[in-house]
Amino acid sequence: MLEKALKGSPRYWGWILFLIIVIGLCSLVYINQLIHGLTVTGMSRDISWGFYIAQFTYLVGVAASGVMIALPFYLHNYEKYRGLVIMGEFLAISAVVMSLCFVLVDIGQPQRAMNMILHPTPNSMLFWDMVVLCGYLALNVLIGWTCLESERQRVHPPKWIKPIIYLSVVWGFAIHTVTAFLYAGLPSRHYWLSAIVAARFLAAAFCAGPALLLLILYVVRKLTGYYQGDAATKTLTKTITYAMCVNVFFFMLELFTAFYSNIPGHMEPMVFLFSGLEGNTSLVGWMWAAAACCILSIILLVPPKLRDNKSLLPFTLVILVFGTWVDKGMSFVTAGFTPNAFNTVTPYWPTSSEIAVSVMIWSIGALVLTILYKIATDIKRDLSELTPEDE
Amino acid sequence: MKQSRRNFLKFAGISAAGLCLTPAAGALASGKAHPIVNKAHLKAKRWAMVIDTRKLNTKEQIEKLADACHHWHNVPKIPTNQDIKWLWDASYSESFPEQENNHMAEELEERRFPLLCNHCEHPPCVRVCPTKATFQRADHIVAMDYHRCIGCRYCMAACPFGARSFNFMDPRLHLDMDNLNMKFPTRMRGVVEKCNFCVEKLAEGELPVCVTKSEGAIVFGDLTDPNSPVREVLRKDFTIRRKPELGTEPGVYYII
Ligand code: SF4
Ligand code: SF4
Repeated sequence: MLEKALKGSPRYWGWILFLIIVIGLCSLVYINQLIHGLTVTGMSRDISWGFYIAQFTYLVGVAASGVMIALPFYLHNYEKYRGLVIMGEFLAISAVVMSLCFVLVDIGQPQRAMNMILHPTPNSMLFWDMVVLCGYLALNVLIGWTCLESERQRVHPPKWIKPIIYLSVVWGFAIHTVTAFLYAGLPSRHYWLSAIVAARFLAAAFCAGPALLLLILYVVRKLTGYYQGDAATKTLTKTITYAMCVNVFFFMLELFTAFYSNIPGHMEPMVFLFSGLEGNTSLVGWMWAAAACCILSIILLVPPKLRDNKSLLPFTLVILVFGTWVDKGMSFVTAGFTPNAFNTVTPYWPTSSEIAVSVMIWSIGALVLTILYKIATDIKRDLSELTPEDE
Repeated sequence: MKQSRRNFLKFAGISAAGLCLTPAAGALASGKAHPIVNKAHLKAKRWAMVIDTRKLNTKEQIEKLADACHHWHNVPKIPTNQDIKWLWDASYSESFPEQENNHMAEELEERRFPLLCNHCEHPPCVRVCPTKATFQRADHIVAMDYHRCIGCRYCMAACPFGARSFNFMDPRLHLDMDNLNMKFPTRMRGVVEKCNFCVEKLAEGELPVCVTKSEGAIVFGDLTDPNSPVREVLRKDFTIRRKPELGTEPGVYYII
C-alpha cells in the first residue's frame, strides 16, 4: 500500500517538500539544543518541565480520542462511522509519534533513553507511560493497516483482528489515564494532586481529539473530495458536545474544591492562572481567552440548530481546540509548578528554541499524517468511496 | 559471598564456553577480585541530621558551609535560575511554607535556614525515577547514579522540597577547573544531582562536610540508635521538619 504515497499531484509533493524543509530548518535548532543542552529552554530549577511535556500531554489526548470512533463502530456496529474509523486510527498514530518525540527532546541524555527498557522500573509512572504509548502505537498500526488492506482487497478483515481491536479500545483509555497518573500522584503539586485529573484529561481528549479530526477532514475534503458523510459528522459533533460539557463541569469541580475549602495550596495555582500570583501574570490573558472560548463553544454546540449549521461548525471546533489546548498544552504543567516548592513564583515562558523544536515535531506529525491519509484516500478513491456530495 | 562467587563462576563458565575463555574472565575467576571496604566506614541503619538554627542562621554562616560542600563536590556556581544547589539558605516561609504564622518573632523572620536534600524515608523521587538512577541505600541515604540518569527530571517534579538540580548546561563551564577536588567526580550535562549526605566521606570514616564545618550546630547520626547524638538532641529540644504532612518522613530536623 505504501506505493500510494509515492504517486501524487504536484500539490501533494509541494506540501511534503514544505514540511521537510520546515523539519530540516527546525532540526537545526534541535541540534543546537543537543550541543548546548536544555539550557536553551526557558525551564529552570523550579519549573523543570515546560512546553515540551505540555505538548506531549495534549497529544496523548488526541491519540486517545480515536476511541470515540472505534468504540461505537466496532463495539456497537455503528455503520455510519465506517468512513471515519481509519482516519481516527491514523490520526492516533501520528499523535503518538509526536508524543514520543516530545518526550525524547525533553530528556537531558537522549542517547540513554533505552535505560527505561534496560532497567524496567514498575514503580515509575513514566515507565508505564512508555509501555502504554508504544503499545498503543503498535496496536493502531496493526489495526489500521490490516483493516485498510482488507478493504482494498474487498474482503472482510480477518477474525483475529477483533480481539485486538477490543484491546485497543481499552488501551486508548489507558494511555491517557496513565499520562494523568504521571502528574496526579506527586506530593506537594496541588494543581496536579487531584483524583479527577485522569477524568478531566479523558473528557478534554474526547472533545478536542474528534474536533481536531473533523477540522483536518475539512481540509482533506477540499483537497481530495473524500467525505466521511453528514451522519458521521453529526454524531461525532454530539460526542464532542457531551465531552466538552463534562470537561468544563470537571474543571468547575476543581474550582469548587479549591475555593470553597479555602486551602491556600489548592487556590494558588488557580489564582496564578486567572489573575496572577506575586505579579506573575504570564498566563492570565491566555486563560481568560481559553475560558471564553470553551464557554462559547458550548453555547454553539448544545442547540442542535447551531451545532448542525455547517458553516458555523468549523469556527466552533477551532475555538474548542484552542480552549482545550491552552488548558492542557499551555497552562497545566506550569500551574503545577506554581507556586514552586518554596511557595514563591518562578516565571516560565517557552523560548524560541522550544517553539522551533515543537514546530519540528508538529511538522513530523503532519508529515506522518499526510502520508497515511494519502494512502487511505487513494484506496477509498479506488473503491469509489469518495462521496463529495452530501448524502 | 560464597554463594555469589559460585554463581559468578557458573556464569563465567557458561560465557567461557561461548567465548573460549576470555583473559579477563579468567583473571577474575581466579579469585583475585574482591571489593575494597574501608574498615573505618561509618555505618548506620538510618542516617539523620539535626540542625540547630539558634546557632546557625545567618546568610554568611550558611554560605560558608555551602561553599565548603559545593567545593568538595565540584558543584558549579551558575548565576541564573538554572543553577545547581546542594546546600543553600532560605527564609522561614520558604523552608516551612505550611507552618508559617502571622506576626512571627522578628528574629525568626530574619533567620535564614540551611536547606538540603532530606534523604526522606519514603522518597517520592525514588518512587518516580524510571531508571533507578535515584535509589535508596540500606542506610536510607537517597543516592544518585549519574551514569544511569536520563535527565527526564521526573524526580524534580516529585520532590516536594526543591532539593534537586538539573545540569541544564555543562557544569564544567562554571567550575574553576584549576581548583577542582580530584577526589570527587564532576558531572556531565543533562543529569540531575543533589546532596548525597557525603556518602563518600562516610565510606572513609568521616562526617559530612557541612557537619564538620558547622562548629557543632549540625548533629549527624543514626536515628535508630537511642544513644546516637541525633537522638540525644531530639530528646532535648523541640524540632520541626519540612512539610511533614506529605508523609515523606524527612531525615533532616530543625531546632527552632
Ligand atoms: S528531599 Fe527530595 S530529593 Fe531528597 S529524598 Fe526527599 S524527595 Fe528525594
Ligand atoms: S532525571 Fe534522572 S534521576 Fe531523575 S527521575 Fe529521571 S532518570 Fe531518575
